[in-house]
Amino acid sequence: MRDVAVVGFAQRQMTDYDGSPQCAELLVPLLAECYEQTGWTKKDIGFWCSGSSDYLAGRAFSFVSAIDAIGVLPPVNESHVEMDAAWALYEAWLKIQTGEVDTALVYGFGKSSAGVLRRTLALQLDPYTMTPLWPDTVSIAALQARLGIDAGLWDERAMAEVVDRSLTDAEKNEYAVRAGGSSVEDLLARPMFADPLRKHDCAPVTDGAAAIVLAAGDRAREVRDRPAWITGLGHVSDGLHLGTRDLTQSESAERAAASVGGLDGVEIAEVHAPFSHQEVILRGALGLADDVRINPSGGPLAGNPMFTGGAIRIGEAARRVWDGTADKVAGHATSGPALQQNLVCVMEAK
Amino acid sequence: MAKVPAAVVGVGQTHHRAKREDVSMAGLCREAMDRALEDAGMTLDEIDAIVVGKAPDLFEGVMMPELYLAEALGAAGKPLLRVHTAGSVGGSTAIVASSLVQAGVHKKVLTVAFEKQSESNAMWALSVPVPFVMPVHAGAGGYFAPHVRSYIRRSGAPTEVGAMVAAKDRTNALNNPYAHLREEKTVEQVLGSTMLWDPIRYDETCPSSDGACALVIVDEDVARSSSNPAWIHGTVMRSEPTTAAERDQVNPQAGREAAATLWRQAGITNPLEEIDAAEIYVPFSWFEPMWLENLGFTEEGAGWKLTEAGETGMDGKLPINCSGGVLSSNPIGASGMLRFGEAALQVRGAAGDHQVDGARKALGHAYGGGSQFFAMWVVGADKPTN
Repeated sequence: MRDVAVVGFAQRQMTDYDGSPQCAELLVPLLAECYEQTGWTKKDIGFWCSGSSDYLAGRAFSFVSAIDAIGVLPPVNESHVEMDAAWALYEAWLKIQTGEVDTALVYGFGKSSAGVLRRTLALQLDPYTMTPLWPDTVSIAALQARLGIDAGLWDERAMAEVVDRSLTDAEKNEYAVRAGGSSVEDLLARPMFADPLRKHDCAPVTDGAAAIVLAAGDRAREVRDRPAWITGLGHVSDGLHLGTRDLTQSESAERAAASVGGLDGVEIAEVHAPFSHQEVILRGALGLADDVRINPSGGPLAGNPMFTGGAIRIGEAARRVWDGTADKVAGHATSGPALQQNLVCVMEAK
Repeated sequence: MAKVPAAVVGVGQTHHRAKREDVSMAGLCREAMDRALEDAGMTLDEIDAIVVGKAPDLFEGVMMPELYLAEALGAAGKPLLRVHTAGSVGGSTAIVASSLVQAGVHKKVLTVAFEKQSESNAMWALSVPVPFVMPVHAGAGGYFAPHVRSYIRRSGAPTEVGAMVAAKDRTNALNNPYAHLREEKTVEQVLGSTMLWDPIRYDETCPSSDGACALVIVDEDVARSSSNPAWIHGTVMRSEPTTAAERDQVNPQAGREAAATLWRQAGITNPLEEIDAAEIYVPFSWFEPMWLENLGFTEEGAGWKLTEAGETGMDGKLPINCSGGVLSSNPIGASGMLRFGEAALQVRGAAGDHQVDGARKALGHAYGGGSQFFAMWVVGADKPTN
């Protein structure tokens, strides 16, 4: 395997992106930030890959106009996944591993405020048997949370502790859509939203975009003193059908962690858990030790732009290697109903 | 660092029809996958990862259908990737799947691309009005007709060349049991069909199909146990914007650059002499001569001469779309992978009644969007030496 590192990261997160029909405009300043961080121009990028969703945009080919943000004359080597940009990063990493290119720029974007997100995401279910019933994302997550509470695996207090810590940490994140810790008691006193979930247990509906730069070997070293070298990158899917899997566990997250040789020695983990109880599930499934610092950025409960939320976790984790806060970190991404798909990216200083 | 050698050892496709009421989306994919696995002599359990491709989700009305399909595709417990690059997606998906092997990450990868257009309404799906963006409510033919007219004007091609392509591809499809449209056509019949978007006639357009295509792509060690692997000699993707004042939509720069890169990767200096069969994405008949030029098989302005001389027929110098091509079957998301898969069948000597005798190197080509996304590969009967 080639040594490949995360060397650039830019993001925007907001409750709604007023006045734009698409996210091309949102991407332009992010790409500019990546050029500034790396000292490179468009010509230095060997491969481009994006993650987004046509359904979120409410139109076919939503990624087509997004490539205008790159400025693609002369043409570029480019691809797109209809997934979170974390999986676009995976495709870009593959491309670098083939030796065809040495550098890649990955971006993702999503404008959740354009529709009713929890209802739009119901269209991810089985179209013949489930979607006609319109079970929405929050309700499915509530079922999952209830199953775990009934099984004695966690309780509402444990969920509130995740929220309190996340929102306290989010006070230091300029991009956080929601921030401000209070106390576990205060959180538990708030009204139910979808029993047993309170609003703060659910990631806020968020618009946004992010971009990440990958580079191999010396190209990475020319950008940063401490590149975040990717020492493990893997992803696994579960089946979708809710009745066929144990929703209190995440088998695919466990397998993804195993595929990168486990997460031993990780000091900081940015975990993509859009619902508070999912952090509890993931902590176990990923095998994170008790002393691992989780989501110092505030995590998805402070802001979760669709199709970018996972990639942001990788970018946030990489930053902790760049600035010397940690020597070994992990970024995690999820996709699909109730943690169906999971990706793990382990990064280290060398 | 060099790529790990990779080869196609299994190709499967569905019977393509306007409406496959006998299968769900899952059933459609499995029909292609099961044939590909049987061809490869493998079971789904042996597969390391699944890569899925299709065009916009609005074509079926399901958001990210690979999530619901995960179990049916045998992807539960495995890595599952979903690619979407407009009409070129079938080709891009095959390239992403091959990169999983070429990167040295996996040994046996199954990739499937599909479109079940009858589940929704493709014309509607492509016609959602977007503020501040030029509307294209006339369908794909309406978008491409001006490019065709411009090509005819620039090249001085006789106006029946498009009809010659349509008659050839439709007649070729008679030799392909999986083709959607299976009807012998003469040039006169095509010229006599209704004018839809001048100068594109009804018989010069592709159908709208339900269908899927699947490939099994493996590394060198696994390929050794196959009697007829199709070795991957080169892969390429290029993208350019939909609109830009300086853009040449008749002969797009992205296609020209992609082809040049592809030939270089595959060690090909004279594609017309060295390629034995080509599956080129021709949804409207005039794209055959246009892409012949764009791909560098001929000089600019000379593509139609090759077509007119019959050199792109089954017995010609460069047989194109012996399977019947997109003009005979067009499940959009799968159409590119069908081109890639048919190219593999040719060099494996497994193309049945539409086999080109002694084909050793073949091209698979796909394009998408407003002639702006390109995906191509060259496969060969021999392991690449470069």
